Amino acid sequence: MMEQLTRLLSISLGAILINNFIFSQFLGCCPFLGCSNKVETAAGMGLAVVFVMGIASAICYVVNMLLVALGLGFLQTLAFILVIAALVQFVEMFLKKMVPSLYAALGIYLPLITTNCAVLGVVLLNVQEDYNFIEAVVHGITGGLGFMLAIVLFASMRERIEFSEYPESFKGFPISLVTAGLLALAFMGFSGMKIF
Amino acid sequence: MNFRKQLKEGVITNNPILVQQLGMCATMAITTSLFNGIGMGLSVLIILTACNVVVSAIRKIIPGEIRLAIFVVVIAGFVTIVDLLLQAFIPALSASLGVFIPLIVVNCIIIGRAEAFCQKNTVAASFVDGVTQGLGYTVVLVAMSVIRELLGSGRFGGGLIDLARGLTLDGTGAGIRIFPEEFGAGILTLPVGGFLTLGFLFAAMQYALKKSAEKKEKAAKKLKKEEASEA
Repeated sequence: MMEQLTRLLSISLGAILINNFIFSQFLGCCPFLGCSNKVETAAGMGLAVVFVMGIASAICYVVNMLLVALGLGFLQTLAFILVIAALVQFVEMFLKKMVPSLYAALGIYLPLITTNCAVLGVVLLNVQEDYNFIEAVVHGITGGLGFMLAIVLFASMRERIEFSEYPESFKGFPISLVTAGLLALAFMGFSGMKIF
Repeated sequence: MNFRKQLKEGVITNNPILVQQLGMCATMAITTSLFNGIGMGLSVLIILTACNVVVSAIRKIIPGEIRLAIFVVVIAGFVTIVDLLLQAFIPALSASLGVFIPLIVVNCIIIGRAEAFCQKNTVAASFVDGVTQGLGYTVVLVAMSVIRELLGSGRFGGGLIDLARGLTLDGTGAGIRIFPEEFGAGILTLPVGGFLTLGFLFAAMQYALKKSAEKKEKAAKKLKKEEASEA
């Protein structure tokens, strides 16, 4: 029991800080760079990702078990992306009917998540690392939290950069990338936390 | 003629990474050695070309509402084929690219080209588009990996070139040492280096595009002046 808890803790810490999905694994960079103009939108996107990554980890775990049992392991990628696309659509419809306030908050970010490589990435990593069901779900949710932390931090930095001076050639995208790079450098400090 | 125009568009004026800003995750993640860069670039080129051809061939029979789902299935099919081929024939590449091969499914370049180009163009044009856009992608990946490898660890062609054996495909080539490792900025080989290198490449591209636009403007102005003085 204790061992299991320690393992879950180490997975969580790893996913949020040490192996942050964006800063050390480069998963989900497109929405990270695209949806981070304002802190509010960034938080909305982050929330949506946590939600979908958690559910996708759970469902794809079952789907993968089915595929392996049927000897269809080579269909993994195809099955996962379809599951994720269907899931996103389903979550969207469900939220619209049942929790309109959350739907309004997540709004346009939900459909965008289908092409977020963090979601497909976490599912593939779950398979690669051979996580069991609980570990997979925890990895999904904490990975999403790591994404959210990164995108909110980044958005608040970008809001400030708007008003500072820098070379014209760096306008827009390049300066964002350099900022993200420096943020990644800061996150490298967490690599010392690998104690488990 | 048309090919040359499309080639210029794919590699320079409409480069998938540096101008369209698509598919950056893999670009920053895997460009740590020339071996990875070329391997990833060519994989994307092959998948992109195949998907372009298929999507443009069936463009008239797919219903508009579910076209994205169909694109994704086509892409996932080709990605799986390439993934399995790599596992079988170049296992070293497959191991070092890891999840980024299956992640080509969600690479925005491929679905972006399907949506923006193949839906409206013939099979031949889409084939050329796949090759040229894929080349544009590969060029950037190669540039990134050469910069990161050279400045980061003072080598060139790691994994691919070996002085004793020539070209190798098993990922063990030591590369050519340009300067001793201890003078390298090791940070460039870490994830941070991916962000920084791409940022600077972007800035250089914006600078170059701006300069060339200015030059054209100047030339146009000059031409106008000459015409006016002639008249």
